[in-house]
Amino acid sequence: MGLPALKLEATAPVARPVQVLTFQARTPSFSIDRVLPVLRRLATAIVPPAIVVALVLLVWELACRQAGAGLPPPSTVLRDTWELIKDPFFDRGGIDKGLFWHISASLQRVALGYALAALAGIALGTLVGQSAWAMRGLDPLFQVLRTVPPLAWLPLSLAAFRDGQPSAIFVIFITAIWPIIINTSVGIRNIPQDYRNVAAVLRLNSFEFFAKIMVPAAAPYIFTGLRIGIGLSWLAIVAAEMLIGGVGIGFFIWDAWNSSHISEIILALTYVGLIGFMLDRVVAFVAAFVTRGTSAQ
Amino acid sequence: MAYLQIDHVGISFSRGGVTTEVLRDVNLRIEPGEYVSIIGHSGCGKSTLLNIVAGLLRASLGGVLLEGREVNAPGPDRAVVFQNHSLLPWLTVRENVGLAVDKVFSARKSRAERREWIEYNLSLVRMNAAADKRPSEISGGMKQRVGIARALAMEPKILLLDEPFGALDALTRAHLQDQVMEIHARLGNTILMITHDVDEAALLSDRIVMMTNGPGATIGEILKVRLPRPRKRLDLVDDHTYNHARAAVLEFLYARHAAPALAA
Repeated sequence: MGLPALKLEATAPVARPVQVLTFQARTPSFSIDRVLPVLRRLATAIVPPAIVVALVLLVWELACRQAGAGLPPPSTVLRDTWELIKDPFFDRGGIDKGLFWHISASLQRVALGYALAALAGIALGTLVGQSAWAMRGLDPLFQVLRTVPPLAWLPLSLAAFRDGQPSAIFVIFITAIWPIIINTSVGIRNIPQDYRNVAAVLRLNSFEFFAKIMVPAAAPYIFTGLRIGIGLSWLAIVAAEMLIGGVGIGFFIWDAWNSSHISEIILALTYVGLIGFMLDRVVAFVAAFVTRGTSAQ
Repeated sequence: MAYLQIDHVGISFSRGGVTTEVLRDVNLRIEPGEYVSIIGHSGCGKSTLLNIVAGLLRASLGGVLLEGREVNAPGPDRAVVFQNHSLLPWLTVRENVGLAVDKVFSARKSRAERREWIEYNLSLVRMNAAADKRPSEISGGMKQRVGIARALAMEPKILLLDEPFGALDALTRAHLQDQVMEIHARLGNTILMITHDVDEAALLSDRIVMMTNGPGATIGEILKVRLPRPRKRLDLVDDHTYNHARAAVLEFLYARHAAPALAA
């Protein structure tokens, strides 16, 4: 379901102007002045990247066409992987599944690890932002731990959990949590004294203060952390899955490499990129929705 | 026993081993329904005094009594209108007032009564029409009016205004001063206002409290403005009492207690 929808999304905006134009022709009462700016905006958004993608594909095709090239040209990639693109839902048991199942397994791991990181990160960030003591005690620790590369945690978590699934989730968790903690604590520390005074005059209790002042005031910062976090999670899951194996887009890539299916790797990378982009957009959209009005004074 | 009593209040701040005495031995009594202004040069500690009355700062010496009870924490009975409006930008105008009303009257008023009370207070500052806008969508004067509505909605025993018109242009300021006078006449609030504007103090106040310069600032003189209410801005231009009050405050501020930077 996810994959065909994806392909459709890429082509739908291109198709839309044509639809609008035919509709326009049939009903002349509809003002052309209102349609033109929309068309122009769509065109400026879609035409430049379309040209660049076409050029890249062309150069790639020309460069990899001759015999002995290390990588297959795009036409070969499409031919080799057409079965995978066409049917992402097949399931022949084990890890011989369609790409939909691999990506969905990866997304589930990310969802779980990221959700835990968001909860723990916002809680710890609030603590560090509110209390000078917690800040002094925990901040140096965070500053050191956040520089540890995600994969360096994997052996340790495998030793602790003795299973691939929780270890991968833990790697996501530990990767995503640092930017969430740090941005949340900065947001909490930057709450203007004015808002604190208002809360004091109203005698808001700590829960009301948290819900009505702290969270909305720090929301733009929190969402910056969440957005960095989702990007890092998606980066880490592919690498982690290569090592833990099983169903997942990371191990799919590794398996394709072991079977010398270079075209499948290229297809998987395309999907990984598109889904990472979508994850970022989803968090950005939620952020824009939740923080509307917050940043403007 | 006065309604509000500021009793031998002194406050000192320590930073890096250096202690600065900001206020020394401040005594003031305010009666119900009185409009009292505190005027002084910047840095004389007038805002500090207001924050002590609000409970946002603790006095180092002495204390504040409201209806005979000591003030030692902030509370809605001493609502503050802050200089920079301090509206929460993620809430609409109505929600900003609503936050205060829902908190202060959660036990005393039903949901419908509270909603009515919010609208009533918005109507006092004529902000019903813009009630669904966010602070970023309204002008500075309107923001300050919402700040006033929010403070009034807490039904405070005393309303504390911290240079409420300081950040506004002259015309907006005049308009807002008239609105505050109107509300004061209608509701009979007790008001303590910080200002650095001599005309504003003379126009609005029953008494003007003049502060000496710091460090160790205290009340230098208190002037009674014996003008009948309602007061009309235009009628006062040639009024002897009004001009006399202005002259007295100007003389205090610029002849006897010139700003330290200017005197040096």
